[in-house]
Amino acid sequence: MNETPTKREYLLPPKTNVGVIGWLKTNLFSNWHNSLLTFLLVALLAWLLPPLIRWAFIDSLWNSSAEACRNIDGACWSVIPNNLRFIILGFFPEGEEWRPIVAMLLLLGLVIYSKERSRWRKSLGWLWLANIIVMGSLMHGGVFGLSVVETSQWSGLPLTLLLSFFGMIVAYPFGILLALGRRSNMPTIKTMCVTYIEMIRGVPLISMLFMSSIMFPLFLPEGVTIDKVLRALIAIILFTAAYIAEVVRGGLQAMPRGQYEAADSLGLNYSQTMRLIILPQALKIVIPPSVGILLSVFKDTSLVVIIALFDVLKTTMVTLSNPEWGRYSTESYIFLALLYFCFCYAMSSYSRKLEKELDTGY
Amino acid sequence: MTDTQKNINSSATEKPIIEIIGMHKWYGEFHVLSDINLQVQSGEKIVICGPSGSGKSTLIRCINRLEEHQRGQIIVNGTELSNDVKNIEKVRAEVGMVFQHFNLFPHLTILENLTLGPIWVRKQPKKEAEENAMMYLEKVQIAEQAKKYPGQLSGGQQQRVAIARSLCMNPQVMLFDEPTSALDPEMIKEVLDVMIGLAEEGMTMLVVTHEMGFAKSVADRVMFMDEGEIVEQNSPDVFFDNPQHERTKLFLSQIL
Repeated sequence: MNETPTKREYLLPPKTNVGVIGWLKTNLFSNWHNSLLTFLLVALLAWLLPPLIRWAFIDSLWNSSAEACRNIDGACWSVIPNNLRFIILGFFPEGEEWRPIVAMLLLLGLVIYSKERSRWRKSLGWLWLANIIVMGSLMHGGVFGLSVVETSQWSGLPLTLLLSFFGMIVAYPFGILLALGRRSNMPTIKTMCVTYIEMIRGVPLISMLFMSSIMFPLFLPEGVTIDKVLRALIAIILFTAAYIAEVVRGGLQAMPRGQYEAADSLGLNYSQTMRLIILPQALKIVIPPSVGILLSVFKDTSLVVIIALFDVLKTTMVTLSNPEWGRYSTESYIFLALLYFCFCYAMSSYSRKLEKELDTGY
Repeated sequence: MTDTQKNINSSATEKPIIEIIGMHKWYGEFHVLSDINLQVQSGEKIVICGPSGSGKSTLIRCINRLEEHQRGQIIVNGTELSNDVKNIEKVRAEVGMVFQHFNLFPHLTILENLTLGPIWVRKQPKKEAEENAMMYLEKVQIAEQAKKYPGQLSGGQQQRVAIARSLCMNPQVMLFDEPTSALDPEMIKEVLDVMIGLAEEGMTMLVVTHEMGFAKSVADRVMFMDEGEIVEQNSPDVFFDNPQHERTKLFLSQIL
């Protein structure tokens, strides 16, 4: 009985299926039309890349005056360093630049710190609260001898980050509540949630922003004003939440009935079932579409330009209205695209990491 | 049939742990359970069998209110099931259930699956709940898998975890809804062995199953259901050797 059964021999795969040759064979030259495509693409790159590199790196100027740029064929990257202060910080008062910069670093620092799931504890919440108070004090001033900076002077990258970050953070839980409400058994709550979601989704973000900035103040009692940036933020939150709600609802619907029944049969109540069993799984399923929504929120914050808020896109456009630098719009927009790309790429790669971590093989 | 029932009832003078009186249930227009009367004494093991669609799963799902009944009474451990959510949660905490498809929580480890109920429903301290959980995992012989996720276990192992999860709540009654029907043949035995062990310890069990071997060796009473009615219930000896009803005879001739 205890004899070890003779093991069969395990052979190595053919050499042409593994290693560099194997990779080339499967990915680039698997059949004749793939091989043709490979050659065509290499030719295309060989034709396009050299002039692009010449323009961007060889014939370009990186830190010069506007006059020096007149005589070159390449890119005039000098437009960026010469206007960086205005592009990034906009109308924030001279001499106070350190304040928004520190605030942004604090925000990014804490976001990076919060990436590790092992740090998701109650203390992290308090850290965030403290951080938000510090950031607010830095931006607005009026405490610790800092001069007051009205929100109308908040502009550039800090404004973009403020609108998009707080837009996402508040809209997400709000969207989850809406999704739960829409699946509720109570007809009043269900109807309210459905009406809200469908109304918001039927309206473009631009019109929401318009309403928040022009129509909404008309309904407020005399003397009461709500800050314009806050109004824009609320519009973005209300708008995003409706989309998040539908995505989360999709995740909730994907949950098998057996999960509810197992939770019920243990005697868990509704909120425990949702919090401990259903939402952790449902939200994991909807990470890819949620990130899609969050990315578009981030980029859509640039629409606040129509209610005369100066986000980082608008400050760049203002820079280009200066006749001295106006002709270097390509360079400026490439810079801006890279800036947006960095943030978006960081978000999407983090979401992929999170998905991998949460994968428990089901 | 009446003789046996009298014997069972007279042997235990205490109040039955489950009492179902004149219970009816409809799915929309469809009368799925009709005039169910059932008393289960503490420590009794009942196997429920019958053709598919006979309402046997629905019956045990009514006992912990996964399904709602429309007429009659179900009283579990002195608590009557009604729309009162508090009562329902109370009954559910006392009644363990094992499902055909295990229904483990895939995002939690085996240990977390087991401690969830005790921590959140029974308000046990985490450490105590974990020690208790390890004890039950030991009992179903799966302790070495505690840190794994359900997706990494075989079907038989998952079902044993599911049994341990219910036991961690220290239930008065265990309901089994076709616990071996989704398993590969070689895994059925390991689950049945755990159930037999549980029966020997005196757990009150209601088991919907097609495993007639299990019924013969473990059950105090075998119940045959057809078309939403309890057709016949008897001790296993009488039930298998001398069935009273034509429908029972037909069913037994088909599966044995």
